[in-house]
Amino acid sequence: MATIDTSHKKGRWAAGVTPYAEMGYYNTSYEPKATDVLCAFRLVPQDTVDPIEAAAAVAGESSTATWTVVWTDRLTPHEEYKAKCYRVDPVPGTDQYIAYIAYDIDLFEEGSIANLTSSIIGNVFAFKALKSLRLEDMRIPPHYAKTFQGPAHGIVMEREYLNKFGRPLLGATVKPKLGLSAKNYGRVVYEALRGGLDFTKDDENINSQPFMRWRDRFLFCMEAVYGAMASTGEIKGHYLNVTAATMEEMYERADFAKELGSVIVMIDLTIGYTAIQSMAKWARRNGVILHLHRAGHGTYTRQKTHGISFRVIAKWMRLAGVDHIHAGTVVGKLEGDPNSVRGYYNTLRCNTLEADPTQGLFFEQDWASLPAVMPVASGGIHAGQMHQLLHYLGEDVVLQFGGGTIGHPDGIAQGATANRVATEVMIQARNEGRDFLYEGPEILDKAARWSPELRKALELWRDVTFDFQSTDVPDAVGTLTI
Amino acid sequence: MRITQGTFSYLPDPTNEQIAAQVKYCVANGWAVSIEHTDDPHPRNSYWDMWELPMFDVTDPASALTAVNECREAFPSHYVKVNGFDSSKGKQTTMLSFLVNRPPHEPGFYLERTESQDRRIQYSIRSKRKISNEQ
Repeated sequence: MATIDTSHKKGRWAAGVTPYAEMGYYNTSYEPKATDVLCAFRLVPQDTVDPIEAAAAVAGESSTATWTVVWTDRLTPHEEYKAKCYRVDPVPGTDQYIAYIAYDIDLFEEGSIANLTSSIIGNVFAFKALKSLRLEDMRIPPHYAKTFQGPAHGIVMEREYLNKFGRPLLGATVKPKLGLSAKNYGRVVYEALRGGLDFTKDDENINSQPFMRWRDRFLFCMEAVYGAMASTGEIKGHYLNVTAATMEEMYERADFAKELGSVIVMIDLTIGYTAIQSMAKWARRNGVILHLHRAGHGTYTRQKTHGISFRVIAKWMRLAGVDHIHAGTVVGKLEGDPNSVRGYYNTLRCNTLEADPTQGLFFEQDWASLPAVMPVASGGIHAGQMHQLLHYLGEDVVLQFGGGTIGHPDGIAQGATANRVATEVMIQARNEGRDFLYEGPEILDKAARWSPELRKALELWRDVTFDFQSTDVPDAVGTLTI
Repeated sequence: MRITQGTFSYLPDPTNEQIAAQVKYCVANGWAVSIEHTDDPHPRNSYWDMWELPMFDVTDPASALTAVNECREAFPSHYVKVNGFDSSKGKQTTMLSFLVNRPPHEPGFYLERTESQDRRIQYSIRSKRKISNEQ
């Protein structure tokens, strides 16, 4: 917004600059419609800028306005198309404000994350008049949610397809993430799967490098997957990462994975929203589960006062149609406050949610039966944390133990077995009504008496923790860590 | 070989008390308990034979355990599993499924590879017991 002299008021349609708040972008008497898209922004205005005007400017520039009055507004039902900031709350003890803005559903193209995001985050984050801006949450009305395909399969279909029920699924990312030849890479997949994991995974940056081209990796990995299926009688999968420079190359790789019989393929968040939606359509059309690695999200989700909360990314990805998304571990090596992570997991898995400030959920959300997304917990987790993982993350989750499988002193298969034993024994104890969070270490120790694989894993990793203060904690909770 | 399908296959085979505790958990959640058995545990065999209908109205774990034991006695050399089914909206699916009986000898599977051009291999898993029955 410009610096303007408001000492003498001009008419609404007089040429020149009028404050956004006076142009109708701030309206506290507006009652949001059930069909409106709602947003909560955390904004920090520059010292000389009125927070109300800053919030109205965000509403204006993310909908119909520009910096000066244009008479061509009068050729439209502009009152309908204006986004309305209907509430601005200061965040106590800070220079931050939460601005609530309502957008008419007609402002957005049906079924397009690209269009939704170009509107909501297209322009406003670089406003000079704001020190910082963060999109905290969105309420997607069912009327708009229903214009998206949603997850290609969803949790229920995935479990029925894999014939795996009642426990977290287990996975591992192949390590080292770069440098293995295709044949050695497949060995890690084979050992981890035959030892008891359900999935193994390419890392986000494994695409098609000089040391291992994608086609060779796919061939050896599928030999490993089928070998492990025959030796266990279970359905197994390896997330073949089809991320590539163009859609044509991604389709080629995904088609090849499908022809080899892979149950799942993988993409990275870096490919962009439109490519993700295209791959979600491909995945449903071809009966292949779609895993999304949230590569790059930390650049804009982590800081509390600028960027986009991961809960918003989670909503966009549920609409876009992925079946899996990495959503935090609470106890592992990567950022993730327990309350915020609960909010992400609920956003991905529940059909309806109430607003809950303690989870950072600013709005209610009705997904209108859009399938649920399976959250994936990956990064610095191990068997010794199983009671905490089950407590914080529940059972509809993929727990990924990369180092915690491959780093087992007796071998990869033994590492996988240790994780599977720990998972099953904890589920059994929970179902028997035991206080598994409190008794967890004892439950694991008892199983370690008959499972040498688990015993070795506990001896090596039990005391490994990652206790750091989170940078992104809901306002209602303050600075709480586990 | 030991087939590892089911929620608890990496644990020692469950005792009657442990089975009863899981059944109790299902009933407490309002899930219908059902029993299925097969001699063909191929990983993609979705339809094992049903032992009676799902017990939608059974709230007593003891009577479910009786049914489990009847099935095991009738088919001692079959795989038998107990399922918990949740009919609530948005689930409408199996919530728990664990093996309660295995044959004394588990024959396992063959992995068949059909080689074609460009190093492609078409994989197929066959149940060994089925193959020996055919011969």
